[in-house]
Amino acid sequence: MDEIHNRTAIYTPEPQLRHPLRLAKSMGRDLWVSRELAWRLMIRNISAMYRQTIFGYLWAFLPPVLAAATFMLLQRGGVTAVGVLRIPYGLWVLSGAFLWQVFADSVIGPIRLVTTSKAMLAKINFPREALILASAGEVIFNFLVRLVILIGALAWFHVAPSWQIVLLPLPLLTLIGFGLMIGVLCSPLALLYQDIEKVVPLMLPFWMLLSGAVVPLKAVGVLGQVVALNPVFPLLDVSRNCLTGQPGTHFAEVAFILVATVALLLFGWLLYRLAMPHAIARIGG
Amino acid sequence: MSEGPLIAVENVSKRFCRGLKRSLRYGVFDVASEFAPWRTIEESKLRPEEFWATNNVSFELQRGECLGLIGRNGAGKTTLLRMLNGLIRPDKGRIVMRGRVGALIALGAGFNPILTGRENIYVNASILGLTKRETTTKIEEIIDFSEIRQFIDTPVQNYSSGMQVRLGFSIAVCLSPDILILDEVLAVGDRAFQIKCLTRVGEMMASAAVVFVSHQIELVSHIATKGLVLESGRTIFSGRVEEAIKIYSVSGAETAKDNWIRSLDGISDIAIRLFPKQIGYRGSCGLQIEFRSNKSYEDCVARVCFEDKNDRSVAEWNSSVHMLSFAIQCGTNRLSLPLENLALNSGQYRLNVNIQPRKSSIYIISANHCEILVADFDAIAPNAIQL
Repeated sequence: MDEIHNRTAIYTPEPQLRHPLRLAKSMGRDLWVSRELAWRLMIRNISAMYRQTIFGYLWAFLPPVLAAATFMLLQRGGVTAVGVLRIPYGLWVLSGAFLWQVFADSVIGPIRLVTTSKAMLAKINFPREALILASAGEVIFNFLVRLVILIGALAWFHVAPSWQIVLLPLPLLTLIGFGLMIGVLCSPLALLYQDIEKVVPLMLPFWMLLSGAVVPLKAVGVLGQVVALNPVFPLLDVSRNCLTGQPGTHFAEVAFILVATVALLLFGWLLYRLAMPHAIARIGG
Repeated sequence: MSEGPLIAVENVSKRFCRGLKRSLRYGVFDVASEFAPWRTIEESKLRPEEFWATNNVSFELQRGECLGLIGRNGAGKTTLLRMLNGLIRPDKGRIVMRGRVGALIALGAGFNPILTGRENIYVNASILGLTKRETTTKIEEIIDFSEIRQFIDTPVQNYSSGMQVRLGFSIAVCLSPDILILDEVLAVGDRAFQIKCLTRVGEMMASAAVVFVSHQIELVSHIATKGLVLESGRTIFSGRVEEAIKIYSVSGAETAKDNWIRSLDGISDIAIRLFPKQIGYRGSCGLQIEFRSNKSYEDCVARVCFEDKNDRSVAEWNSSVHMLSFAIQCGTNRLSLPLENLALNSGQYRLNVNIQPRKSSIYIISANHCEILVADFDAIAPNAIQL
């Protein structure tokens, strides 16, 4: 009988925010229950992603490597004038491209997973937090693959990692969290309007250029103001510095962004939770 | 201490929108209104282009009972099931579900085609709420039930849909839910597997409350204890399953078996007669059509289609095949069509008659009017004793 009392579900048209404590408890419970499902979905997606390919995990880091190589060639050929950096430009670009890719994956991951899981969402009642956790897990896995390459790159450029590498998780997780927050906020809307899925990959390359991932930026002029307001810029910079052992800047900004990200992520989770049933009702199935 | 009902549905209604773009916009509004919980909930009304997919439905279900939910396509059965399953929320009323819910509203929803059947078992079981340990203890039982052991380690993209259904059902069936919801899933899969599934569902019924949707009335009458008939979202009957089935069949029969006659302007006084109305196998009958016409048509053909009780056209008699042609003249016309040597199986058939000029595709007369019964008096079943 206790089993039943634990599992009574009541569905009414009342807005769930009227009982915030009840809502918070059920959200927490669903997040806890979903961890095993999230793990399974993550394994499923990762193995499926690389199973039917010849090059396998190469695809995890080939795009940013190519981007980095392009910019290195441009610099070497004199087409861009980067100026002097404390570490070799090749390493700077490579780590920037990889870190940017982590952010891009975090944004597009939840959106993509939610839109491809339409059939599942429309027909089966499962804790939907699993989709968010699964995409976060995929992002981290892909980054770990790239980290191996990055360590190799550090060796190749004869740059020894310093103690600062221990600090890397902080800005990195904030970067991932920030991207995830954007993805989570967009995903219920992405179920309704296919524009979202198209707009985001369109916007990301511009954002990359404004984040100083592959070309160093100066905060000058109007565009410089935009760069200064771009949260990814300091996050990426600090992550790169931690990775390559350079003295860091922007620590205060990172701390601020971290707090804001946590708050916005919780809000995003709430929006996701409340919006999904309505989006699912509209997509049929 | 007796348990209350496992499912309690009270005056539940749900509205949907017909137009896609407007529907999406309403979706956005609905989400926005979730963030204004201080608003008082007035009774939901229909916004433009909306309709009630479910309209004031109520019922209760105890453990051990099975509700057969029947109705024509579009009556609102799947919408109701989705609300029971917690996928969408009602716009009016209240639903209480007590216990663990197992639903077979779609099979293989979590299947990833690249993964093998075995891997998909773990994924699907996880989606349905089983932990990895529980799944491992049950995996042999699941594979045995599905009868596809030799394919369990090949990718699902190589499975036929029947095999996928077997796999999906086997996984869902090894849950021990308190409430089981089945939506027309037993229609897929071959007969032997259907029987196996039904037996298993029957065993599960003793310890659960079951809601079962199907168009196969024999299945509904076989396992349901209560019946609920929906039409356009409303309940038109709730009670014993035998009466529910009768009401469903009648309502279907009435709309499907309207008799009608259509003709061009200028044709009037149409009378269609069939004699005899009952024949045996390879029997013959005559169809007589009388009418008045104010125009003449040369070189016409007549087609008579025989439709069985499922409104499927099974045979056609065409006058041109029988080298018969006729002309329609001004005034009274009388056509006699000899329908001979009809090799029809026993059953009730409706005749759909069309008369048109050979060169044109415009029907002069089109009618769904007569019925003929083919009864095989002389055949006896092999090995049957003649009394």
